[in-house]
Parts: sequence; C-alpha cells; structure tokens
Amino acid sequence: MALFQIAEPGESAAPHEHKLAIGIDLGTTNSLVATVRSGLAVCLNDQRGRSLLPSVVRYHADGSVEVGFDAQKNQAVNPRHTIVSVKRLMGREEKDIAHIEAMPYEFVEASGMVKLRTPAGVKSPVEISAEVLRALKNRAVAALGGELVGAVITVPAYFDDAQRQATKDAARLAGLNVLRLLNEPTAAAIAYGLDNAAEGVYAVYDLGGGTFDISILKLTRGVFEVLATGGDSALGGDDFDHRIYCWVVEEARLQPLRPEDTRLLMMCCREAKEFLTHNPEARITARLSTSEMVDLKLDVATFAAITQTLVSKTLQPVKRALRDAGLRPDDVKGVVMVGGATRMPQIQKAVGDFFAREPLTNLDPDKVVALGAATQANLLAGNKTGKDDWLLLDVIPLSLGLETMGGLTEKVIPRNATIPTARAQEFTTFKDGQTAMSIHVVQGEREMVADCRSLARFELRGIPPMVAGAARVRVTFQVDADGLLSVSAREQTTGVEASVTVKPSYGLADDEITRILQDSLAHAKDDAMTRALRESQVEARRLIEATEAALAEDAHLLKAEETAAITAAIAKLRAAAAGDNRRQINMAMDDLAFETQEFAHRRMDQSIKKVLAGRKVDEIRMGEKE
Amino acid sequence: MGITLTDKAVKHVNNFLAKRGKGIGLRLGVRTSGCSGMAYKLEFVDEINADDLVFDSAGVKVVVDAKSLPYLDGMELDFAREGLNEGFKFNNPNVKDQCGCGESFNV
Repeated sequence: MALFQIAEPGESAAPHEHKLAIGIDLGTTNSLVATVRSGLAVCLNDQRGRSLLPSVVRYHADGSVEVGFDAQKNQAVNPRHTIVSVKRLMGREEKDIAHIEAMPYEFVEASGMVKLRTPAGVKSPVEISAEVLRALKNRAVAALGGELVGAVITVPAYFDDAQRQATKDAARLAGLNVLRLLNEPTAAAIAYGLDNAAEGVYAVYDLGGGTFDISILKLTRGVFEVLATGGDSALGGDDFDHRIYCWVVEEARLQPLRPEDTRLLMMCCREAKEFLTHNPEARITARLSTSEMVDLKLDVATFAAITQTLVSKTLQPVKRALRDAGLRPDDVKGVVMVGGATRMPQIQKAVGDFFAREPLTNLDPDKVVALGAATQANLLAGNKTGKDDWLLLDVIPLSLGLETMGGLTEKVIPRNATIPTARAQEFTTFKDGQTAMSIHVVQGEREMVADCRSLARFELRGIPPMVAGAARVRVTFQVDADGLLSVSAREQTTGVEASVTVKPSYGLADDEITRILQDSLAHAKDDAMTRALRESQVEARRLIEATEAALAEDAHLLKAEETAAITAAIAKLRAAAAGDNRRQINMAMDDLAFETQEFAHRRMDQSIKKVLAGRKVDEIRMGEKE
Repeated sequence: MGITLTDKAVKHVNNFLAKRGKGIGLRLGVRTSGCSGMAYKLEFVDEINADDLVFDSAGVKVVVDAKSLPYLDGMELDFAREGLNEGFKFNNPNVKDQCGCGESFNV
C-alpha cells in the first residue's frame, strides 16, 4: 500500500508521477540527505534512526566498499585504506592540498587531480565521494519509495570550478541527477529564511568539519541577497580535534605515533570535544599499540584556552566580510549557526560577543544545510511550495579589472558585486597615433597586475590614429548568472570592437582565493605606495615622450643652451624614473616642466601665428563669437 | 459514516499545518487516472468550495468534495512507517482491487 504525502491545493501528483527530489549536504566529516515531505523539509534517517552519514569510505581487497559508520568504526585499524575528509581532495592537485604530508594515504602520481591507492585499486576523490553520495541516494530511494527526479548538492562558497565540477562528476557517478549545486551558507539561509521569514541582515557562521564559511545575507520579504562572503577552506572542527590531540601528545609526553594510534587518539579527542559541549570535563583514555596507556582529563577552560587561536581565526574573515558589505557588527540582526562545530560553547560565546547578540541555534546546526538544499531541490523539481517564490543573488568572489600603463590594475567590477552584472569604463590611448590597444583582463585585489591573476588577453585593432588621450575606448565587463565573464572593448568614434569570454573561477583553488584576499590585506600599504610610484613613472615617461616629440618638431625655437638644459633635464628624469624613488621622480618632473616652460610658450605663440596667418581680423572675431 | 483519522494521522496533519503556517484542513478526494482507474488526492485546504463536505476528526477539518465521497465513505486515514518510508495510508473499505503499489484503485 502506497504511503501518501500532503500536497498543495490542486497539486496532487498523478499516480507514479511524484516528483521526488532530495537535498544533499556533502560534508567533509559528515553528510546528510533531506527531502520535503508534506511541505516540511526533513532529514532522512538510516535504518537505525541516524541522520548523519560519516563521509568515510573504506575499500577492501575484494572490491567491496564500506561507507559511513561501518567504515569509521574501522578507521583506527586501517587508516591507510579508510578515507576520511575526501572533500579536501576534490578537484585538487597534490601541490594544492594543505598538510598532505599528515595524511596517511598512499598518493599516486597523476596529472591533474590526486589519486589514492586502495586495496580495491587506484581511486580518485570523485570516485570516493561518489560512494558517499551513492549511500545517501540509496537511503533516499528507500525512504521515498521511488526514483528521484534529482538532487541539490551543497558545496562551500569558495569551491572553484574544478571542485564544483568534481562534485558534479561524483554525483553523476552515483547515478544522481544534479539539479543545482548550492553554496552551503546560502542553503542554511534558505532553511532559516523561509522557515522563519524574518527580514533584515543576517550572518551565516558555518564552521563545519573541515571548512569555515561566513556569509552576510540580506533578507527582504522572502527575497534574499548575498551581500558578502568570506572564509577559510582549511579550518574546521577537525582542527579542534587536532588541537586536543597535540595537547594530549604533549601532556602524555608521547613519542612519534604509528598511524593507527594517531587515528585512535584523534577519535578519542573528537569524543572528548563533543562531550565538553554539555559537560565540564572530559576524560581521554586510550591504550596504544605500544601498550602505553593514555589517561588524561580535559576541562572546558583548558579546552577553550588551547583552541583560542582557532576561534579568533574564524573572526578575521567575519570582520572582512562585514567590511565588504559596508556593515558593522551591530547592523546584523541575527547570526545563524551552521555546522556541528558551532555547538562548542566557546564558539557560541565568541560569536555572540563579536555581534553582541545571541547566535541563532533553533535549527539543528548539522542539518540546516541539508534542509535548505532539500527545500530548493523540491522547488527545482517543480513542486509548488505554497510559499512565495524567492530569488537568490550571488556574488563574485574576487574583483575583475584590467591592466593599465605601468602594470597597474584598474578594477572594473569590485569583489562581492552581485551577479549578473555589467559595468563599463572608458579608456584611452597612451601614445600619439596609437592604433591598437592590448586588453589584459585580471582578477584579484592587489594594485599591481603582477600580483593579480591573469584571465585573458585580447587586442583591439583599427583605432584611427589620433593624439594620445583622444581615442575613447569603452570596455564593458559582463558577468552572467553562471559566473561567466565576457569583456568587450569598443572604440566609440569608429565602432571597432573586440571581445573575449572567460570563466573567472576556472582553475582557482579556494585557498588560493583566500590567499589572494589575505595578500591584498597584508600588502594594502605597500600596494598603495607601489601604485603611486608606478603612476609617477608612467607620468615621467609620458612627459619625456611629449618633450622629445616637441624637440624633434620645434628645436629651432630654442637657443643651443636652452636645448642643452632641456636635454639634461630629460636625462635626469629618465634616470630617476628608472629608479624607485618617487620623490626624486617627481622632483625631476618638476625640473623638466620648469625648463620647458619657455619652450611651451614659444610653441604656443608659433601655432597661434600659424593659425592666424593670412586671415582677416573680422573672421577671427566671428570665430570667437561662435 | 464519513471519514476518520487515526491519532497518529491527526498528530502529523496538525504538525504539517502548523509548519506550513496557513491552511484550514486536509482535503481527501479521488479522481480518475492511474493504472487501476482511480487515484487518491491528499492536499492542504486553503478554501472550501460550494460542493465540499466538511468532517471533523479530532479537531482536524477533513474536506471531501461531493463527487469523491461515495468512493471514500467509511475510510480511515492512518500515518504509517514502512522501512525508511513514512506517510499517510488510506484504509478504504470501498476498494475492490488496487494496482501493485496502491497508488490507484478500483471500486
């Protein structure tokens, strides 16, 4: 006998045509699957009533695979072939992965994404993730009693194209139709925004097992806009376990440990961490393979003290995101806590203190992302929700701009601009008679092109010869809803045009984005000085060229000693411009300007005489009137 | 006769209505479609139509249109869990046979 769910008025599905859709939170440590039943988003539990599925995969020599709790149970026995936190490897090359040396796996040399050697053969992170997704899919099919229309899978906000593509590939391998990939904090906002329908600016603080994301969102009548995002792709609850582990190794004066002992102790540390959420003290006991005994007591105060740096490390991206959104902590109306790690009292306290308000924890922080994903999946599958539909705006993670003279970056679209967007800016020629312009599209926050990421280069040809600064080249940057950037350049008087299309996030790792942002912060002062220097150098070169052009044309207006003085001033300026003393360059420019003042007057007189020669006074007066 | 809800069904209907934030009750109905001729309808109710009959079952308003009632009279709606799946179950004394999955039926 079939089991029915309540549909919206007039939306009952025809028999065998239920549009079953699921949301999957594919986490570093744990994964979940959720769906919407009778209008309500719920997580789907396994046979034993557990909603979490540890993102752990264990391969056996006979080719069989264990996923979840069964795999996790044995991870201490066989760490090398029990793969945890595979999300950190998704779409990454070996050199991209932080702390790769600390991972117990056997990596296989391969171009592109890393691969691991397991008893069941060489496996890619995509294949390993697919095992986790397949387990969730099977659970969903069993729970929903039918084939699935599709799934929404969540990814960290900073996942780049390669990582997103790897996630999609894993889903396809698991036999899932991906309706959409959704940013995790956004999914959480959907779960909260729709269920609570509260207007205002919200911060989503998502500290998962392995990643930290902060998003500043604005909710207005069910429509929400992402104002800013930030994060740290290598910071999560696992790091807190690791901190306890280091404390244990130090306290117990342990010698370097074998992998299985490390794994065993890490498990004890995680249990201790979870125990400390509701208890003042946790006991850590373990018997190592060397038959050494570890027996320690960790209290809440010590735990808070040894993890203090991790807690404050999460607040840096929070501050940055707020600054990007042009907001102060007290503009934030509520803080949504996401991720199991936000259960830790010291996290809730630090976040509460920072925003001067109690963070929201009324939805299970482990489940909100999956619930939000399920809500969106339900909508995308074509099921009516009975609530107003909402629009979600996304942002670009890094500024987009182009190179100008002197290797300087001119930002055309600032980071965190909502997409889709289009911005245009006018540029001009640098030299007289310049007929082509090379357009170098860059991405990043730094002032110098050399410190930014090069996206594309193209040339605009066919600019009619004009004096420097007379051409008007309009460069338009357009980013569509999928984050695809197209840049076009058009000379306004002739209409000649050239364009290029690029994918800004392609091949950019998430910690690369983080590094780019951190660099720009760390180098802000240096960059401003470098920029000023480069501007002076460009100005000096322009001045030298203009003066030399004038000399070539009108040297007859000058006495020999005047010419000599100007030539000397040019030489001095050229020498100064080659160096990096901005004051010296500016002084040399002032000197050259002084030496050429008289020359400029004479040239002016000469050209006026040329214009006036042979004309009647009346004509000139009439000209003046016009 | 009429239509009744089991305690479990009442509890779940009330919960779904509360979470939905609007709606006055639960609509049950049949329509002709499916492999065995008839298919059930189970929907939230935002407004009651002229030809609707309204039953009260432990505080839940159960709405059935006049045409559907003969097929549903005497029915009990239950909420059941089968393995990992859970949902509402129609215990309908009028049904003679149904398709394998029970989504459509014949009277």
